[in-house]
Amino acid sequence: MKVDDQLVDKISDLARLEFLGEEKEQIKKDLQQILGFVEKLNEVNLDQIEPLVYITDEVNILRDDVAEEHVSKEQALRNVPLRDSDYIKVPKVIKK
Amino acid sequence: MKNYSSFSDIQLQLQEGLTVKEVVVHYLKNIRQYAHLNAFLEVFEEEALHRAEQIDLKIKQGTAGKLAGMVIANKDVINHKGHHTTSSSKILSGYESIYNATAIERLLRDDAIIIGRCNCDEFAMGSSNENSAFGICKNGLDETKVPGGSSGGSAVAVQMDMCTISLGSDTGGSIRQPASLCGVFGIKPTYGRVSRYGLIAYASSFDQIGVFSNHIEDAAIAMEVISGKDVMDATSSAHPVDAYTNQLAFSGTVRLASFAEALHHPKLDTEISATMNTLIKSLNEAGHTTTQVSFTELDYLVPTYYLLTTAEASSNLSRFDGIRYGYRSQNATDLESTYRKNRSEGFGPEVKRRIMLGTFVLSAGYYDAYYAKAQKMRRLIRDKTLELLKTNDFIILPTTPSTAFGIGEKTKDPVEMYLADLYTVQANITGLPAVSVPLGKHSNGLPYGIQLIGNKFSEARLLAFSKYLMTHYGNSK
Repeated sequence: MKVDDQLVDKISDLARLEFLGEEKEQIKKDLQQILGFVEKLNEVNLDQIEPLVYITDEVNILRDDVAEEHVSKEQALRNVPLRDSDYIKVPKVIKK
Repeated sequence: MKNYSSFSDIQLQLQEGLTVKEVVVHYLKNIRQYAHLNAFLEVFEEEALHRAEQIDLKIKQGTAGKLAGMVIANKDVINHKGHHTTSSSKILSGYESIYNATAIERLLRDDAIIIGRCNCDEFAMGSSNENSAFGICKNGLDETKVPGGSSGGSAVAVQMDMCTISLGSDTGGSIRQPASLCGVFGIKPTYGRVSRYGLIAYASSFDQIGVFSNHIEDAAIAMEVISGKDVMDATSSAHPVDAYTNQLAFSGTVRLASFAEALHHPKLDTEISATMNTLIKSLNEAGHTTTQVSFTELDYLVPTYYLLTTAEASSNLSRFDGIRYGYRSQNATDLESTYRKNRSEGFGPEVKRRIMLGTFVLSAGYYDAYYAKAQKMRRLIRDKTLELLKTNDFIILPTTPSTAFGIGEKTKDPVEMYLADLYTVQANITGLPAVSVPLGKHSNGLPYGIQLIGNKFSEARLLAFSKYLMTHYGNSK
């Protein structure tokens, strides 16, 4: 798998990350190296094996759907980096 | 109070007039003395002293919990109400927990004292504690060396007697690897044994909270308290929790399997390899059954681990957008760029690398070739490991391929760093419990651990056999 600028742009877009200048060259190089390493799995024929998704033996752990207050409004807003009274402030989302 | 007192020692002294406050003062003195190691990101000095006085009163009144006198260091990824929890990341700098993780809640309920918050690799991603946004942590036995990671600070806190036990989290070796490099005991329990509620997620199907200690008994009692079903974590197990403390006396013999590929691996230090062989031979002579088997999947473990954990991490870490909490960049102009800037300026390089790899393996067109393939490999590895544990009690392995490596030695090469977890990821891929027992002492002066992997929920037997190994094959501290 060849890692090029186009792939790095696409993946960083999906991940909401950006890599500028030298950082971009570095992540390209790192991804190339790491992919080369994990592609070792291609040596094994796994066609007949089912993927393993869950590690826990617990199944269908259900509870009654009861509404409870776990976090108060004040607690929920405590760590907001930018706020205006009871509102969270973000950059403008509506285009002029 | 003597250095490296076990918890039962402390309890005994408490009956003879020692106070919990004096216990806290003892640890605070060591914390100050070794502050330059950067094991703690924050020390709760006043709070710990105040709580100690309250617990001393409870002891007098006969109402103290079973952990009265135990002083614990917490890892910076486990939520502790009213205290900062930052995952050693700039993106959570200043974040204050609004609830307790279940493990913390249970320890506090039994009157343990949390003395501080320990340094670690950012979001528990790393094997050397060099990925922390708040500075590296140094190994107390050789300050030019790393303590291992990701729970490096927690390991050093126990190593230098700055607490009775510490909490860590282990996704691919983050407890056992630093335990090995620091010469302390570390246990990663069975997946689901300890509730993950309040543990900041790295890879949800791999993460487990566990314990570091100097004495096996201390890990046993702490594990007894933090283990068990929790309604707040649907993956936590309803399997009954054994009385680990009462089952520490080892009797009988065990059947041990070792891997030819592990003992002859080119990455393994030759002296560690030789010690492993000698130990296995001695155990055999002592009446235990030892079998060397072939485990041809060994070199596929780390690739499988990185494909799956980065995928889970890319999803788990998508919540860090800097809107409701966390780092907010001043450079954003619209909503899209606020996400991008907050995350790109808030996360460190290793976290970004793993998010990128994880996003890639989950993306359209690559999912089957990478992610699904690794899930299949996970089943193959799990089934083969469980098969071996039908006829063996434990798998015996080195914990780490080498002793503590130099600060800066592996930071240039991510893959070289990932291989520090060569022997530890198997327990997380399979969800099985594993321990690192500090038995080894290298001619270079540094310690290393011997690892045991057991069957699901075999923690009691693992702890008992660890104690047996420490008694018969350990170097006294």
